[in-house]
Amino acid sequence: MVSEDYLRERIDAVLTEKVSHVVKAEAEQKLFAYNEEHPFSEDELQAILDDICVEYRNAWVDPGEPVGTVAAQSLGEPGTQMTLNTFHYAGVAEINVTLGLPRIIEIVDVRKDPSTPVMEIALDKEHSAARDTAIEVARRIEGTTVENVARQTALDVINTEFHIDLDSERMEDAGITLDTIIKKLKKLKQVEKIRYDTEENTIIISPGNVTLVKLRRFSQKVKALPLKGLKGIERAMVKKEGDEYYVYTEGSNLSEVLKVPGVDFTRTKTNNIYEIFEVLGIEAARNAIIAEIQNVLDEQGLEVDRRHIMVLADAMCLEGEIQQIGRHGITGEKASVLARASFEVTTGHLLEAAREGERDMLNGVTENVIVGQPIPLGTGIVDLIMKSSDTEEE
Amino acid sequence: MSKVNIVEHELVPQHIVLSPEEEEVVLKKYNIDRNNLPLIKSTDPIIQELEEQLAEQSEDEGKVSLKGRIIKIIRNNSPAGEGVYYRYVIE
Repeated sequence: MVSEDYLRERIDAVLTEKVSHVVKAEAEQKLFAYNEEHPFSEDELQAILDDICVEYRNAWVDPGEPVGTVAAQSLGEPGTQMTLNTFHYAGVAEINVTLGLPRIIEIVDVRKDPSTPVMEIALDKEHSAARDTAIEVARRIEGTTVENVARQTALDVINTEFHIDLDSERMEDAGITLDTIIKKLKKLKQVEKIRYDTEENTIIISPGNVTLVKLRRFSQKVKALPLKGLKGIERAMVKKEGDEYYVYTEGSNLSEVLKVPGVDFTRTKTNNIYEIFEVLGIEAARNAIIAEIQNVLDEQGLEVDRRHIMVLADAMCLEGEIQQIGRHGITGEKASVLARASFEVTTGHLLEAAREGERDMLNGVTENVIVGQPIPLGTGIVDLIMKSSDTEEE
Repeated sequence: MSKVNIVEHELVPQHIVLSPEEEEVVLKKYNIDRNNLPLIKSTDPIIQELEEQLAEQSEDEGKVSLKGRIIKIIRNNSPAGEGVYYRYVIE
C-alpha cells in the first residue's frame, strides 16, 4: 500500500501537465478510494497513471478529423428515431412543450417565435420559500386580459353593445378591481359609452352605431385588452421543485421578467433562444442551444455525445449572431461551383459559373472527389513541402 | 430595485477583454490573424456591458469602444472542464 502523501505527490507530478483538471480530480478521487480497498504498489500506481495519460491523449480529436461531418451524422441518426410530433405535459403544471423532431427543427432554423415558448423563473430567497410569496410574484408576471377575468361575454347586435360579465373570484385571484378595468377600457379609442354595475360586476360597452363586422372586431379588441402583467406571458403557475418554489409560464418575455422584483434573474430560463441572444448575448445563446438540444435528446432517451452538440452550436454562433442551418448548410451557398453542381441543377450551376468566369480553388471535399485528388481531410490535410536540390545550391 | 446585471446570469460565461500584448500572444500561439477568430458583435449585450464598465473605470469621459479587440471567454461547462474561446469584436 502506498501512503496518501505519496499518492497525492505522484498524481500531482504525473497528471498536472498532461490531463485536464477534471480528469485529474476524478482520477485522484478514484485512486484514493481504490487504494483503501485494494492497496497497490508504487509500480502499479505508476502504470495506472501512465495509462490515464495515454487514454487521455487517445480521446483527443486528431488534426484533420472531420468533426462537422461526424457531428452531423451523430445527430442525424438519432433524428430518424425521434417521434414526429410530441407534446409533453410538464408535470402538474400542464404546460405543453414541443419536443422531438419539430423542436430540433425549430432550434436549427432559429425561429424568432418558437411554437411553445415557456419560461422557468427562479425566485429570490424572500420569495422562493413559501407558496404565497411565489404566487405574489407569479401574479406580477402573468399577463391578464379582460377575457381572462370574464365569466361570460355577449354581443348585443341590436343596440350595438358588448356585454361583459365579470367573475369576481378570478378578478380577486389576479388582483384586479372593477375600477382598473373601467379605467383601461375608457382609454380605448372606439369606446363611446360605458355603463357598469358594481354589484352585479357587469360592464356594458358600446362603440356607437357601427356595422356588425366592426362591432365584432371591437369586441375582440376589448377581450384582448391587457390589464396587468407582462406582454407575451399567458399563464404563470407556481410549482415546488426541491425546497424551492418556481414560477413556470406559458409564453416568454425574458427582458421584462428579469426586471420583476422577487425574481432571481441569474437562474431564470426560457426556451426562446433568440430572446436569450438578444438579452444575454451570443455566448449565452450558444449555451442555450446546447441545453435545448440536449433536453430534446434526453426526453426521447437518445444518447449523443455532448461534443457533437457543441460543434453544432459553435458553428451556428461563429459569426456573432445565430445563423440558421438551412438546406445548404450554415453559410448558405457553397463557394465551389463543382460542389454546388453536384447537388442540384448541375447544368444550371455550371452554365452560370462559366458565364461569370468563376474560379474553383478546389479547397473543399466534393470538388476534390470530382477531380480525383486527395480530399483535404485526415491525412489528406497535410501538404508536403520540399526544398528542391537546385534551390538549395543557390 | 437594483439594475439587472446580465453578466451574472448563469448562461453567460466569463468575458475578459485582452490587452494588446495578450492579443499578440494568443494570435502567435495559434498562428492566425485576428480575422480568423470567431466573431462577436459590438451590439452584443455583454460587450455593451463591458464597455460601460470600462467607461466607468477610465478617468476621461466618453464612450469606450471595444471594436477590433479580442475577448477571451472562459466556458466552464465543457466536458474537459474549462474551455477557453476567443472572439473578435466587430461592429
